[in-house]
Amino acid sequence: MPLELFNVGEPIADTKAPTDVPIGERWSERKFRGRLVNPANRRKLTIIVVGTGLAGGSAAATLGEAGYKVKSFWYQDSPRRAHSVAAQGGINAAKNYRNDGDSVHRLFYDTVKGGDFRSRENNVHRLAEVSVNIIDQCVAQGVPFAREYGGLLDNRSFGGTQVSRTFYARGQTGQQLLYGAYQALERQIAAGTVEQNARTEMLDLIVVDGRARGIVARDLVTGEISTHFADAVVIASGGYGNVFYLSTNAKGSNTTAIWRAHKRGAYFANPCYTQIHPTCIPVKGDYQSKLTLMSESLRNDGRVWVPKERGDDRDPREIPESDRDYYLERLYPSFGNLVPRDIASRQAKNVCDEGRGVGPGGLGVYLDFAEAIERLGRPAVEAKYGNLFDMYAQITGEDPYAVPMRIYPAVHYTMGGLWVDYDLQSTIPGMFVIGEANFSDHGANRLGASALMQGLADGYFVLPSTISSYLADGPFEKVDESHPAAVEALTGVQEQVQKLLSINGNRTPASFHREVGQLMWDLCGMERTDEGLRKAIDRIQEIRQEFWTNLKVTGDWHSFNQTLEHAGRVADFIELAELMCIDALHRRESCGGHFRAESQTPEGEALRDDENFAYVAAWEWTPEGQPPVLHREDLEYEYVHLAQRSYK
Amino acid sequence: MTATRHDAPMRSSVGNPGAEKRGMNLTLRIWRQQGPTVKGKMVTYKITDISPDMSFLEMLDVLNEQLIMQGDDPVAFDHDCREGICGMCGVMINGQAHGPQQTTTCQLHMRSFADGDTIDIEPWRATAFPIIKDLAVDRRALDRIIQSGGYISVPTGTAPEAHATPVPKADSDAAFDAATCIGCGACVAACPNASSMLFTAAKVTHLGLLPQGQPERNDRVVNMVAQQDREGFGGCTNIGECSAACPKGISMETISRLNHDLLGALRAGARPKS
Repeated sequence: MPLELFNVGEPIADTKAPTDVPIGERWSERKFRGRLVNPANRRKLTIIVVGTGLAGGSAAATLGEAGYKVKSFWYQDSPRRAHSVAAQGGINAAKNYRNDGDSVHRLFYDTVKGGDFRSRENNVHRLAEVSVNIIDQCVAQGVPFAREYGGLLDNRSFGGTQVSRTFYARGQTGQQLLYGAYQALERQIAAGTVEQNARTEMLDLIVVDGRARGIVARDLVTGEISTHFADAVVIASGGYGNVFYLSTNAKGSNTTAIWRAHKRGAYFANPCYTQIHPTCIPVKGDYQSKLTLMSESLRNDGRVWVPKERGDDRDPREIPESDRDYYLERLYPSFGNLVPRDIASRQAKNVCDEGRGVGPGGLGVYLDFAEAIERLGRPAVEAKYGNLFDMYAQITGEDPYAVPMRIYPAVHYTMGGLWVDYDLQSTIPGMFVIGEANFSDHGANRLGASALMQGLADGYFVLPSTISSYLADGPFEKVDESHPAAVEALTGVQEQVQKLLSINGNRTPASFHREVGQLMWDLCGMERTDEGLRKAIDRIQEIRQEFWTNLKVTGDWHSFNQTLEHAGRVADFIELAELMCIDALHRRESCGGHFRAESQTPEGEALRDDENFAYVAAWEWTPEGQPPVLHREDLEYEYVHLAQRSYK
Repeated sequence: MTATRHDAPMRSSVGNPGAEKRGMNLTLRIWRQQGPTVKGKMVTYKITDISPDMSFLEMLDVLNEQLIMQGDDPVAFDHDCREGICGMCGVMINGQAHGPQQTTTCQLHMRSFADGDTIDIEPWRATAFPIIKDLAVDRRALDRIIQSGGYISVPTGTAPEAHATPVPKADSDAAFDAATCIGCGACVAACPNASSMLFTAAKVTHLGLLPQGQPERNDRVVNMVAQQDREGFGGCTNIGECSAACPKGISMETISRLNHDLLGALRAGARPKS
């Protein structure tokens, strides 16, 4: 790799996991070896928590219960609106309630393998261990999980695993789990242990003597930019999938908190790992702001196809069987329409790239239930999938019982994030990162029903145990707004906001966001090539240049100004996009949802290169004009053996 | 697509290549209010070539892009997930909360309107929901109702094994029906009294139906009802507009349950915390 795009620095390692004991004992051992803070001293310690999704909400509530002084920040009006609320499928836990051979070890094994061997064994094992406590906690909070007639919890299988370990609340599991955490948080707000900061966005991290000591935040209603201080800072601000502009994420989801912490010294790990979900409703027009997921379960009965000939624009019902290509069934006779997410997504893209896609812009494939309706009868299909069919009809205005649905892959979840050690601490002492905002548990591909598990594991159980080890050295020397580091951070934010408002050019923040998003989707999305990524990096640099000279933001910063909010986030997305492309470029292997065209088997399947790339890429920010520095963390597989995936 | 103030010259259309259907021309009358203490007014905008496939919020996005380019202040409105679950969006459309369909504003599509329509767009109207700007209001009063008792007190790590407490499926399903409330505030906006009773009743019903919710059941209902009064929400007179407007179809039965629980709690001597 040419050194002009990045430099290589010292390797990095996680030193907190006690690897001198077997994997099943490491979490217990870490908790035992960690230091504690006595209840009287906890009152003297302040913790800032940014974000109130499953991770941030559960962490703030739990730390408040423990007696720490917590300051919670979120950008919506209410913590109940964090994007975890939108997750549908379920949450995994190794309860073995079905007596089907599940265990902590099996959940651990499935997750490491599903992540295509790019996650950490230690972290994943711990995740599997605490999964059982999560279900107990949520049930006690009143989360109405699906139940059997005998009153016990129901389960279903998910994401191709061979056991039924997924707990669910209809198609709204994320909503119910989030409300559990939100209610626990509101209870602590009422109890006075948690201070609430609604409609407040973190815009910088304050680092004093090498430690994270506070944040700069903007009150989105009054516009006031202020500093907030604590003994530790926890970032739980979610993923950055909105760098692609169109995604299944909430519109407000952004990268600003983690990106600005990255610029203050936190390493960013595996930024290019993006999960693409195969069954979304396709884009309809250039006004579109959002992609909506349809449950993967539809592929159990729906058959995926496109016309054999390009340009065949007949009504799908008039295309005879002989003119259809059921490409998944053709390419993967054993798994058929049920191949994993990354493979189904990539093949959909391939047939559309060949010009055989259907619907507006040729970006869609049919998901056809005609055969299922014929075989099972319409009432049976309605009973199984009725709510999804209704949702599809509501959004597209088409009747999926009469004509095949159209689906296309969409950006869904980012597996990369800030680098953390086993304690969930970043490379900045005192700054912890939890949930989707960190990187460690999912590897290069996330299995279904594991995102909710990770958010709650980190927030309820892991962070509250590990953060005490750090806080045992506190309280740290008092810092206030007059400290030079605080003044510098505050002034920097003010200057940036002022700059965004003063450019007065000819393009809106949304137009830049769309452009960089489209570029990322085309060149750093499901399939990447060396040439494409280099092109993307060049173009991103031009977009960045234009952004800072031709942006138009109306209004001022002393008031509610949504355009200004968006502009700041787009500025960060543009910088992140470049790092994502550099990361994707340097990783000359295919793994998980990341497919490098140069690295494939003779059959065209993803080819991992464990010899050269069995590591985490942790990137260090360097000042303007300098290339980022790559620090490698070697991944070792002691308990789950490296193996190639096959779905033929 | 063009958006113009009624007194400004029209711009030419830039088209909409992804749309399959012809564009619609609409007149929007939108409540503009700079801030909570500034007087607001309805302002008229013409917007052209709107695709029937757009969501209502995407139509507002198009308007706002035009306004920014004209150097005008875009219309402030709340939104986030845009898939009908976060409860952040919500405006009065032609006098109806979330508009003519029983769904969230983000899931309302322009095909619900006809070419040439005039559409009135206003913020939620309730004393307890102060206006922040234009169509965005402050709904934190709903969170304070939750703070007053809308939870089960179970600190992390103290929970018993999940299967130690079986819950009859029918109770669990009914609790779930109530638990789907997204806290959007449409019930308040639709109610002539600006009552938050459906919101509170949904939570009281959700937790009151489960065995885990029993120890705090009496205190929960008296405290939550007292808090809604303190917030300035109006009283419930069983009109039913709340349920008719609720995008999640929370039923009026939850209010009957709340009233039943409230009477029981008061008879049992439960009194709200001051």
